[in-house]
Amino acid sequence: MSTYLIRRLLYALPILLGVNLITFALFFVVNSPDDMARMQLGVKRVTPEAIEKWKVERGYDKPLFWNAGADGLARVTDTLFVSKSLAMFRFDFGRADDGRDIATEIRTRMGPSLAIALPTFLLSLILTIWFALFLVFFRHTTLDLVGVMLCVAMMSVSSLFYIIGGQYLVSKVWSLVPISGYAEGLDGLRFLVLPVLIGVLGGLGGGARWYRTLFLEEIGKDYVKTARAKGLSELTVLWRHVLKNGMIPILTGVVVVIPTLFLGSLLTESFFGIPGLGSYTIDAINAQDFAVVRAMVFIGSLLYIIGLVATDLSYVLVDPRVRFD
Amino acid sequence: MGWQAVILGSDLLFFVLIALSLLGAVWARRRPDLVRAWRRVAESDAAMASMTVLAALLVVGVLDSLHYRAALPGAPGQPVMYAAQVDSALDALTRQLSGHTEKTYSAPFAAHLYAKETIDLPDGRQMRAYPRLAWGGRHLPVPERDRPADIARGLAAALALAVTLSALLALLLMRPWRHGALARAWRHFWRAEDGVKWRAVWLAASALCIVFVPLLLLSGDYHVLGTDKVGQDILYQALKSVRTAWLIGTLTTLIMLPFAIFLGIYAGYRGGLADDIVQYLYTTLNSIPGVLLIAASVLMMQVLIDTHPEWFATAAERADARLLALCAILGMTSWTGLCRLLRGEALKLRELDYVQAARAFGVSRARILVRHILPNVMHIVLISIAMDFSGLVLSEAVLSYIGIGVDPSMQSFGTMINSARMELSREPMVWWSLATAFVFLFVLVLAANLFADAVRDALDPRLASPIGGRA
Repeated sequence: MSTYLIRRLLYALPILLGVNLITFALFFVVNSPDDMARMQLGVKRVTPEAIEKWKVERGYDKPLFWNAGADGLARVTDTLFVSKSLAMFRFDFGRADDGRDIATEIRTRMGPSLAIALPTFLLSLILTIWFALFLVFFRHTTLDLVGVMLCVAMMSVSSLFYIIGGQYLVSKVWSLVPISGYAEGLDGLRFLVLPVLIGVLGGLGGGARWYRTLFLEEIGKDYVKTARAKGLSELTVLWRHVLKNGMIPILTGVVVVIPTLFLGSLLTESFFGIPGLGSYTIDAINAQDFAVVRAMVFIGSLLYIIGLVATDLSYVLVDPRVRFD
Repeated sequence: MGWQAVILGSDLLFFVLIALSLLGAVWARRRPDLVRAWRRVAESDAAMASMTVLAALLVVGVLDSLHYRAALPGAPGQPVMYAAQVDSALDALTRQLSGHTEKTYSAPFAAHLYAKETIDLPDGRQMRAYPRLAWGGRHLPVPERDRPADIARGLAAALALAVTLSALLALLLMRPWRHGALARAWRHFWRAEDGVKWRAVWLAASALCIVFVPLLLLSGDYHVLGTDKVGQDILYQALKSVRTAWLIGTLTTLIMLPFAIFLGIYAGYRGGLADDIVQYLYTTLNSIPGVLLIAASVLMMQVLIDTHPEWFATAAERADARLLALCAILGMTSWTGLCRLLRGEALKLRELDYVQAARAFGVSRARILVRHILPNVMHIVLISIAMDFSGLVLSEAVLSYIGIGVDPSMQSFGTMINSARMELSREPMVWWSLATAFVFLFVLVLAANLFADAVRDALDPRLASPIGGRA
């Protein structure tokens, strides 16, 4: 088990390095730092001195991969690739354009993101599974058909409309919860209700339809017939047998997501004014703060890869047939 | 008046795609297994109805892709000059929409602006009132009195026309000259005795007629769906957005397809180092969260476009380049799913007897890939094109909202929603622009989803899990 884990984590390293190279290529090779400076300072009427100053301020005044002007090891280390890209492995993300340290910012913003994303994720998983099992229980009836049609219709609505519609109905017309905002602790609960509900609703259609097909696949198998032949009620069969076996494909899609919950949701956070990582990213995109976007890409990939490893581990927990050798 | 055809990059690709699909259809007609599969699609009511809706929207998209520049009026003998503005056939057909701009918001069927303004009276005094619209209800002498009756008259006439059209269509689809008696033709048609659910086509087309004939007929006299903040007709915007949605939904797949197909089947068939490299490539790309990779790429593309204004002659060209780049970026982030599926399938096919036999006969690798592997994974490709479409259209809206979507000057559902999202908090509420975007987007995506489901069921019932799928 531990050797497997170590091998799996070692395999993750080249992938992270690849991600690092891709982001480096995107941010420094496709456009030179000069281009970015010109863009930020306004394309017209920009002096070479201003560009130079902008680059020095951000530490972009170095060669890409090879610093011929330096001595010894510094030829390799005193370059953009090492100081800006490889440094991210040490969680050194540099400073945002407003001068704040990106790593600190990310640490403080993870909390609010998680406060929305975690309840959304859990509630959504439970509700989706419940709804899918409900449809499977009534399979091949009109109720099932209506339910599937509802799912397809819900899938076809843009997530923007769930948010806009929810804010309008719940906050504006019914005045049940504040339209947006965030507060720490129990007091902040009223801010969380709506984004969580909307998040759950938005994912319900697609998820439930997919899980339904997974469960329907299981239900034709022999062990289900055996369970029924033993005289178990349909509900017991569904909740005890079908659910357990159906969980294996579900886990593939679900466990990967758990670490990335830290990133929060771009849309939800920006609409509801949650000071999390999602809104941080959106603000950075709109302000064209390249350092922040770069850091978020790296963190996102890191979390995703952790999720992949966790997925493999989770198979062992639910499926005794899977072994690590 | 003369005109000069303009073919934008995206138009060209769009037409190439349509031509390819037509060629594919001709090729598929010769393959009995494919003909059987498509007959299964034809047996589904939902598939035929959604196909009709998609076809209607495709016509709008194609009309809007025929671009031209109108000739400017000049002195005879002089060389003809063309306008800088690039128009499309759709613009020309809907002059009553594109040309009739108001000052600002106006409600559907309104004759007055949405907000009060100070009006100078002829006798020098001023008063606060709702000013008349420049175009909406212009033909009415006293709108307060005449408007309801006028709208009712227009609606009645349009509905009569719509019903006539629908009846004609039914007659056309029943083909009574084939069946002799009308009653027999009706039975044949309604029970789909030839295995094609023409009645679903008819019902969907009739529904479209009943909605769109009145909208278009009345749009000459009114802004049937209202106007937006800068006074542009909402119906016009929605129609223009259809093309953007089609392009995003189809070109993205077209751009990524060669990579995904080649790398996928090559890696799966070849194995070894090539397989490792391809797997590494798609695992790496896949491990960057999609939205973030798209955001980073689009950001860089914006810098590239903004620092090189000399590359583009007209604003339309720049917007078009941005759209194509967006498609390429979306494609780069979404080819991984298809590539993985194709690799797995090629891995399986490699071991099958007929492939082994071909290898034993000394058929070259390239030939095996093209003749034996490729045709047998095409159903996966088709299914994933169909399944990806709706997700891509929806993601365009989200990306445009975040600010990394299409060029702000380009009409799309995303830019429509983005500019309208604050309008619900106005007093009185401006709901029509959001509602229109919602309905159009919903109908398009719903039709695409239903059609994709039918295609998947017909081509490969086992493949039940969603391919790709993005947030």
